[in-house]
Amino acid sequence: MPSTEIPDAPKAPDAHAAPVARARRTTKAAGRLLRSRLLEALTFPHGTERYVELVEPLAARDEVRAEVTEVRRQTPKSVTLTLAPNENWRGGRAGQFVGLTVEIDGRRETRPYSLAGSQHSPGGVLELTVSTHPEGLVSRWLRDHARPGLIVGLEPAAGEFTLPATRAERPESVLLISGGSGITPPMSILRTLLDEGFGGDIGFLNYARSPELALYGPELEALAAAHPNLRVARGYTEASDVDAPGAGSGISGRFRREHLAAVTPDHAAAATYVCGPPALIDAVRSSWAADRLPEPKVESFAPPQIDLDPAAAEGTVSFAASGTEAANSGLPILEQAEDAGLSPAHGCRMGICNTCSCRKASGTVRNVLSGETSSGEGEQIRICVSVPVGDVELEL
Amino acid sequence: MPQPHPTLTDEQTEAFGAELDAIRERVVADLGERDATYINKVIRAQRGLEVAGRGMLMLGFLPPAWLGGTAALSLSKILDNMEIGHNVMHGQYDWMKDPRLDGKTFEWDTACPGDQWRHSHNYMHHTHTNVQGKDRDIGYGILRMSEDQEWRPYYLGNPVYATLLATFFQYGVALHDLETERIATGEAKLSEKREMAKQIWKKVRAGWLKDYALFPALSGPSFPFVLAGNATANLTRNLWAFTIIFCGHFPDGTYEFTEEETENETRGQWYHRQLLGSANLTGGKLFHILSGNLSHQIEHHLFPDLPAHRYAEISAEVQEICERYGLPYNTGPLHTQFGSVVKKIVRLALPDRLLGGGAKDDPGQDAPGRPATVAEPERPPVAAAA
Repeated sequence: MPSTEIPDAPKAPDAHAAPVARARRTTKAAGRLLRSRLLEALTFPHGTERYVELVEPLAARDEVRAEVTEVRRQTPKSVTLTLAPNENWRGGRAGQFVGLTVEIDGRRETRPYSLAGSQHSPGGVLELTVSTHPEGLVSRWLRDHARPGLIVGLEPAAGEFTLPATRAERPESVLLISGGSGITPPMSILRTLLDEGFGGDIGFLNYARSPELALYGPELEALAAAHPNLRVARGYTEASDVDAPGAGSGISGRFRREHLAAVTPDHAAAATYVCGPPALIDAVRSSWAADRLPEPKVESFAPPQIDLDPAAAEGTVSFAASGTEAANSGLPILEQAEDAGLSPAHGCRMGICNTCSCRKASGTVRNVLSGETSSGEGEQIRICVSVPVGDVELEL
Repeated sequence: MPQPHPTLTDEQTEAFGAELDAIRERVVADLGERDATYINKVIRAQRGLEVAGRGMLMLGFLPPAWLGGTAALSLSKILDNMEIGHNVMHGQYDWMKDPRLDGKTFEWDTACPGDQWRHSHNYMHHTHTNVQGKDRDIGYGILRMSEDQEWRPYYLGNPVYATLLATFFQYGVALHDLETERIATGEAKLSEKREMAKQIWKKVRAGWLKDYALFPALSGPSFPFVLAGNATANLTRNLWAFTIIFCGHFPDGTYEFTEEETENETRGQWYHRQLLGSANLTGGKLFHILSGNLSHQIEHHLFPDLPAHRYAEISAEVQEICERYGLPYNTGPLHTQFGSVVKKIVRLALPDRLLGGGAKDDPGQDAPGRPATVAEPERPPVAAAA
């Protein structure tokens, strides 16, 4: 992983040290057991892991599992988890997300959540802030049931909304803009830069609906007080709170070009990262376009708006492994598979987490996010955001 | 021709199927934490018994340790094969999306490789249950279990073959999908079966290495005791699995079908055949668990992918539906059901002309082809044989 090229920041003892040390120690010892060929032969056909995990649930030969070491509820609509991963965790870069797996009512459910902590955090602990959605099964479950000691599954970190891979490539100055739950990737970028002793200007424009729903207020204030190169401003977008004071500045309402002056002397020179709802991203993009600046790096947590035309759909979708086929309905392949009675593995359903990735034996598909079509034989596609163009055969 | 069996009109058949579908839907909608907790508890118990059994056998030179260790290991193997392996491989817990309980990849502690079992059992046997010429579980290719298998002098050895099959049941199950008798008759090519045989050998070898070399060697001076304990545990599991499985489809009162009868079968007809081809065992909770809930063979064949611990809960309802449609619900205690299987094995060793008319075991024969419009009183299927 590129992150290993960056020397770790000095480690400070903290509240998580004990559980983290335990997670590392036990999983290291268990790792030795798990790799013993003699034990594998003695525990045939289930394997050593199936015995060891009953005693030490963090132990796994390949799987990344983590123990929840702290649970904070910053707002009524979120929960912040600190996780100590086992030794199979290969690290992540600031701005990336991980697939988090929990068991709810007997079923394993996986959802992608952005890393919010520094990639140099002491002991390699991870921080995730999960914002709840009214219909969100996993987010609501985590808010109501997460507790220290809970064991969760993790998938490797992924995502392109990141800082350049090495410290040498860090930009001169950075501008972070976030809205709502989109605060987590910029938080991770900010904390990582500060841990690295980044000397350039950092501006952080942050929008929340209301003060009680604003995330990381105290943290941002403390960081801004400790780092003269960091300027933070916060705006509240709900009508009744438009005039509520922001953190450290007087901006109010939704993003406007004038807000930039509160956090950066020269936004044109800063590497800009925007994460939030589509409306925020659109507003920043058009402002940048008006100034003829290059596109900022953006990430949205909202599901893609899919421009579908079922009437134009033609051809047959074949699911080879299950011997099922159906007339192309024009919907994403994941939905077509579910309509055909299959239950493919899936996560985010918005083209992020790659859980639903599946080999396409033949045919052409269109990616609903990019609009691009691809027809390579045997390519892996994310079926939640791929619609068939004519006949398609999948190994599902 | 197989014995005529109780029939329903087309409308009745579909209504019967719809009632069973409703049970299925209700259970599927209710699957959750309770089922996950149950299977995880059984797995925990099995792994615990395995470790305890292996541990005690290390002191196998002490008779109580040998007995305790062998008993624990036998129970572990029985749970592993029946309530865990067989049921998980049916996909009963696939909805949990736990890769450790994935029906398509799960492996069990017996000679038959999981992948071959998924084909021979889940597909061949469960789709073509009790269809002559298709369901290879009828006699496993070596026994005569039905009058419709033409008698040959070879079958004089029926009871001997059955005893051998029971003793070496895990190997019988493994070889059963190889269709060795079809190689002998030239219907199948040896080369096609070589890859399967290789997989079986790999699995058998790993099992032998564990039970007959590594664990005995690790115990040092207890070597012969551990070896004997492991062999006994395998034998116990073999005899138990044979007994339970042969009680599933061969007791008196189970029916067989022809390929013609089952062509273009509707879902209702499929349910109907599964019911008539299966038989239950009565017993206590522990008995049901140790049988992998195959003691609810009828419910299992109607709903092979529902978690097996649910069968007991729905059995009363299934039985009530059968009563209403005038269909037999074949159930009885182990000794009567298995007794009738043993009797059948012995009787069918002899040519039909010595049996004086034969087919004495068919309680359904007094109602050939008669649409059952009214519920008829429950008749214990074993009564006819008694």
